[in-house]
Parts: sequence; C-alpha cells; structure tokens
Amino acid sequence: MSESTRLASSQTSSAEAFQPRIVAFFCNWCTYTASDLAGVSRMQYEPNARVIRLMCSGRLDPQFVLAALRQGADGVLVGGCHPGDCHYQEGNYKCLRRYELLRRLLVQMGIHPQRVRLEWISASEGDRVREAINQMTEQLRQLGPLRLAPVPAPHGEAITPSARHAGQPALAGAK
Amino acid sequence: MIRQHPQVRIGVYVCHCGTNIAGVIDVMELTAFAAKLPNVVVAKEYKYMCSDPGQDLLKKDIVEHRLERIVVAACSPNLHEKTFRKAAEDAGLNPFLVQMANIREHVAWVTADKDLALAKAKAQVAAAVRRVVGHEALERKYVNINPRVLVVGGGIAGIQAALTLADSGKEVILVEREATIGGHMAMFDKTFPTLDCAACILTPKMTAVKDHPRIRLLSLSEVAEVSGSVGNYHVKVRRKARYIIEERCVGCMKCIEECVFRSPKFPNAFDQGLGLRKPVYMPFPQAVPPVPVIDPETCLWLKTGKCKQTCVAACGERNAVDLQQQDWYEEFDVGAIIVATGFRAFDPTPMRFYGYGVFPQVYSALEVERLLNAAGPTQGKVALRDGSTPKRVGIVHCIGSRDHNYHPYCSRVCCMYSLKLAHLIKEKTGAEVTNFYIDIRTPGKAFEEFYERVQKEGVRFIRGKVGDVRPGPPDENGQPQGLVVQVDDTLRGRVTKVPVDMLVLAVALEPAEGADAVRRMFNMSCSTEGFFLEKHPKLAPVNTVNDGVFLAGACQGPKDIPDTVAQADAAAAQALAIIDCGRIPLEPNTAWVEEELCSGCKTCIPLCPYSAISRDPQKGVAVIDQSLCKGCGTCVAACPSGAAQQHLFTDVQIYDEIEGILSYV
Repeated sequence: MSESTRLASSQTSSAEAFQPRIVAFFCNWCTYTASDLAGVSRMQYEPNARVIRLMCSGRLDPQFVLAALRQGADGVLVGGCHPGDCHYQEGNYKCLRRYELLRRLLVQMGIHPQRVRLEWISASEGDRVREAINQMTEQLRQLGPLRLAPVPAPHGEAITPSARHAGQPALAGAK
Repeated sequence: MIRQHPQVRIGVYVCHCGTNIAGVIDVMELTAFAAKLPNVVVAKEYKYMCSDPGQDLLKKDIVEHRLERIVVAACSPNLHEKTFRKAAEDAGLNPFLVQMANIREHVAWVTADKDLALAKAKAQVAAAVRRVVGHEALERKYVNINPRVLVVGGGIAGIQAALTLADSGKEVILVEREATIGGHMAMFDKTFPTLDCAACILTPKMTAVKDHPRIRLLSLSEVAEVSGSVGNYHVKVRRKARYIIEERCVGCMKCIEECVFRSPKFPNAFDQGLGLRKPVYMPFPQAVPPVPVIDPETCLWLKTGKCKQTCVAACGERNAVDLQQQDWYEEFDVGAIIVATGFRAFDPTPMRFYGYGVFPQVYSALEVERLLNAAGPTQGKVALRDGSTPKRVGIVHCIGSRDHNYHPYCSRVCCMYSLKLAHLIKEKTGAEVTNFYIDIRTPGKAFEEFYERVQKEGVRFIRGKVGDVRPGPPDENGQPQGLVVQVDDTLRGRVTKVPVDMLVLAVALEPAEGADAVRRMFNMSCSTEGFFLEKHPKLAPVNTVNDGVFLAGACQGPKDIPDTVAQADAAAAQALAIIDCGRIPLEPNTAWVEEELCSGCKTCIPLCPYSAISRDPQKGVAVIDQSLCKGCGTCVAACPSGAAQQHLFTDVQIYDEIEGILSYV
C-alpha cells in the first residue's frame, strides 16, 4: 500500500491520539545550538522529535534516514546551517544534494516525501526549531504512522502497534 | 530487536538540575528505566550533577563499580560535556567514553506534558546508553598557538584590546577600515555620565597604538580572507590605496594646503557631512596615522587624469604623494582574532514623519555630537544649518529602537547620550531643551544621578511618542518659524504640541555595515538583529563558536564606552589565555580511513573543504591528514565502502544511537 492511499484512511481515524516519532539529526553549530536556545527561551513545542547530534549536516549518510524509518520512526527531520553559513564551509550543500536524491528514492519506495524534511536553522533561530517540529508533527499526524517496524513496548508492559494506534488497520507484512 | 552488543559496564547519572529537570521529568522513573537498559550496572539521580558532590559521585562510582562508560542525562553537552569528561578523566577513565543526553534544553524546558517529556527523555537516555557502548578511548590532540593576534576594527574596543595585548608582550596586527582609528568615540565631544572630553581620553590611546613597538597598524585596510583555525589562522589583508605613502609622510599637510581646490568643497564623512573637506584631507586633526588621504572619488587627477598635481609638487623631495598607488595585499599568520567592528548609527530617513532629510532643523544625534565637538565643523558652536542658534531644542528618544517596524531591542546608550546632549546644548546655548521619551533607562554607575542633575538643570521631559513633526507658524515674511512637535503626552493624558527650533533624533545602534560578510569570514553566528553572537550569554560573553575568535564592543550588541572597554580587555584576556598556554587541546572528532576497506575510489577527496584528504599512490588508498581535518564528517557520509570513519561519530555509533532512540519508547 503506498502512502497516498494510506493517507486517505488515516484521516478518518483518531489522528489526535497518534504521537508520531521523529528522529531529528541536528548539526552541532547551528540547529543543535538553536534547539538549545529554544530550551533556554522556554519555548514549548511538540515532544515528538528526538535529537541526534552530528557535527555537520554533511555527516548525514542518507542511510541514517532509512535506518531510522526502518526502525520505527514516522519521520526524519534534518537541520543544518543556512546556505553559505556552514561551520565547515559547504557541508550543508553536500547534505542538500543527498537529500534531494533521497527524496526521489523515498517516493519510489512508497514513502511520502513529507516524512523527511530538511531545514536550515541558524543558532539564533530557536523559534524556527519550534515551528519546524510543530509543523512536522502535525503533518505526520495527518499522514499517520509509517509502521515499518513494530512500536516498542516499555519494559514490562506490552503495547502492540494496534493498541497504540487504535482503530487503524494493521500494516500487513511491513516492508 | 536489539542487536547483541559487547559487554561493557555503563553508569547512568540523571541530573535534577534543581527543579529545572526534576520539575518536569520524573527523574526517579527515568533512573529506574535507565537501570534496566542493557549494560547499565549503576543508575543514579542527583540534584546537581555538575556540582562538586555530583562529580565526586561519578568519580567514586567509576572506581567502585569499575565503570567503562558514563552517560550523564542533564543539560546540553555544549554546556557541561567538558565538565563530565574531565571528571571521568580524573577518575582514570578516558574522557571520550562519556556521553551526555540533553534532557534539559531539549526536553524539560520545552515540553509541557510531563508524561510525554518523560517518554522523550527515556528515548534520549536509551540512545546515549546504546551509543556509548561503541565509544573508543581517544587521545587528546593539541595544537601549538601562534602568539600573534589580529584585531579587526580600530574603535575604542579594538584600540583597548590591541594595547592590552601589546603591553603584555604580544604582537598585534590592528586592521581598520577607515583612514584613521578612533571609531565613533573620536566623533563625540563629551562622554556620559562624567562628561570627560572624549578626545582627551581617547587620543592618548590612539597615539599609544601608533607608537607601540608591538602593534602594526593597518589603516584603510580590510581583512579579505581568513583560513586555518584556532592557534594558526592565516589572514590576507587588503590595503586600500591611500595615494600617500604612509612611511614617507610627516603629516605637514602641505599637500592639503596646495591642492588645486583652494577651499574645501566636499562633505566630510567624519563630520557626518556637516563640514567640508578637499579631495586630499585629514578626517580630523588628531587622526592616527597622522597622514592625509586622497579620495579617488573627488580627486581631479584620479577621476579625470587632468590636474596640475600641486599636491605632488608641494610634497617635494619627500615624494610621499603617489597618485599611481594601487590596492595591495599583505598576509599574516596569527593565533587568535579579536573582532571589534563596532556599530552603525541608524539612518532615520525612512521614518518620514520625523522629517529627517526634509526639514533642515532635524538632526541625528551623531550630527549633533559633531556640532558640539570643538574640533567639529562649527568649532563646537551649536548652530543650525542657517547659522542661527536654537532657542528651543527637542530630543526624541528611541528612534529605530524598541520599535517593531525597525529594531525591537533597546539600544542601551540613547537615554544617556540624549541626557548628555540635553546638558551640553543647554550649557552652550541656554536653550529650552525638551526630551520626548517612552521610558528613561539609566541603569549604570552614576547614570541615575546624572538624570537627576539634568532634571535639576531645567531640562523638560515629556513621556510619549512623537506622532508628527510639522513646520511652525509663519513669521511676518510668511516663512515658517521652526517646527512643531506633536506628542501624545501619556502622563497628562492629552496630545500636546511643542514648538522647537532644532529637533535631535536619538537614533538606534545597529550592526555595522558589512557585518554579515565579517560574520561569514570569521565563521561566527549572529543574533536575529545581526549582532555577532557570543558563545554563551553569561559564561562565555566574549567567545564565539569559532574557538580563537573573540568579540569586543558594539559588534556584539549595543553598549557604552565603559562596557566596551571592559569587554575589550576581557577579549584580550581570553586571547592571552590560549596564547600563554602555548598549545590547546582539540576535539578529537577527526575522520580517518580504514585502509583495508578503502577501494581508492577517490569519492571523498574533492568533498573535503580543507584539502585534508589525499591518495597514497603506493597503497592506492585515501589518507586523511589529521592536522588539517576539522571533523565535519562529510567524507564519511560519502564513502561507499564505509572505510572513512569519524571519531566520536562512527557509523556504528550513529546507527546504535538511532536504534537506541527508537527501541524502547
């Protein structure tokens, strides 16, 4: 089932209950620092993005994105410095090139391109971290869970994907 | 689904950070969760992990529990990674076997829902626990520091920093864009609140710069290129043609006297265009270096090629005038850089309703500084453009500051300089001076006292925003007399009209012209308004994200002279701190190539922005020069065989982190 057909079905279900899991790869110098600034400024935003720090968005191997999706992320957010502002001169351009290719690949795999997002967020733009994460969380709620992997159960208590996303058809034979 | 992983002994420490973390996240539950994660042999929570007892707890456990890895779930690694690495090192554990989970800035401070905050914190802790297994003991690397310092900008900030460094025995290269050092301070007449004469306290410092054996002053110059990193920067400086050879000139000014323009004709930028100069001129009499400059835009010879070149003849045998001079470049190696590029005064022209540029009686504050200055265009006489002395003067505060259409921030100095201008204008002309203000902000040493003094001197204060400025009522000849300021007096609760002869606009301080290019050149960040960003607003106020580049003065944000001087000395001290160590530790996060996996495809070589990668022709594999690699990891991401890896960010570590972040919650 491709994402576009699943989109229609997810909109009819209880989208509010769904907490998408986003893996966020942030570069150390701009977006990670902006994310720290958002914290220092006590900006409240959706708790759905879990941050992995890289030194540069140029370090992002596209396979990291695929690994995250395969292991149960509903979306991946990548944050780097603005064009021309890379701490390492041009790592963000390399990231952009890989990102464009990756998106085409994702579409061919039947994954909605909105599940992977690249944002340029400088160290002073804490509010853009908030916006990007809030927007993406909302988009993923619309798209529904990706379910390429079963959702883990915390220690001791078994939570099955069907219980977590109640009312949605289970994805048979996840890719 | 968790991969089998090697057996290591991990200790997890969850910080309460007082109530910063514990107030949102259930730290007990988080600790219990961490204790059950694979390889974790001990998990503890503590009120303040960064405190001495917190660190001691960690050190004791490393020994007692024979810990091989440490995870600290606390604030951002940007704040305390060094602290915990050092604690581990003190207890005999390699510092790079420590990983932090940021549950304060990234979780507790940004999440309202406590259950969801706990879930996110669990994911971040699980990721760190999973990743730290793959950490390796790394050797700290050091880089030697070149003891020379580059100071960019010759205002009071740059002058102070340069003198402090040079006095402590370091060589300094001071680069100034204009023909003279001195910056904005040289334009002022008096300084608040003590009313010291700006020239009396500044010019001795300017001369000290000129005469200092360890300061090389490059005026009319700009940094064109910067490469390298902390300890070893290579800078290329563009020396703009002055058309007068500095070394030969004695400052006799004969060339100015003998210029074919018999009288000054062109507006002098230093006087804010209120005074006139010739094509060959000194910006002001105390300029340093005391060498005239020829403006190619107005010099007849340089513009048209037709001139008698009387300046050349006047100089005679000294031969200092060189109309053939071209821009040239000089290159320097320095270990540290202090950026002190100052600010720009806000141009009030776009705020049409104040009539700046429309009514000749409206002045910006910097113009009035020049009028008041004894060395200024009117020799210190407060005279309007028609030569008359104003009897009623209005000063409008917060022009471009605290205004969401322009700059939302407070420029900090305008209240005080407006009070100073009010005092000086009243003293010199006896005029009735009225301040139109929103709030008076005088939070500095002896500032409030100065405010009281000015009030006692009879200066009027009207609280309210000026809504309109119009020409005054016509006199007997039908000419409008002065201006009428319409203000919403919020204390009296009515709109008031105040007639004035002169209106002064207390303009904002904004980032200097070209600040963005400077920021990029030195690899710094800037705040939303465009001022350069310090590494930490409280704990590293003069450092930048680029180690070895420091900030001084108003380029970091609006500030007055005492604060600027203090910050310049702080920047000099920070530069000295790295220089006097002789060497500094580097992050060991460089990339390397596993020779046996490398196929020699050369994909990585053109990707490196630092040309650190080359191909070993004998072995046919890529080699990364560890001294050139800055640790971005771009080559690692591109390597098709996984031969290129980055310390602290290996593929294994990142895949583990992805796995950990998604596997439990």
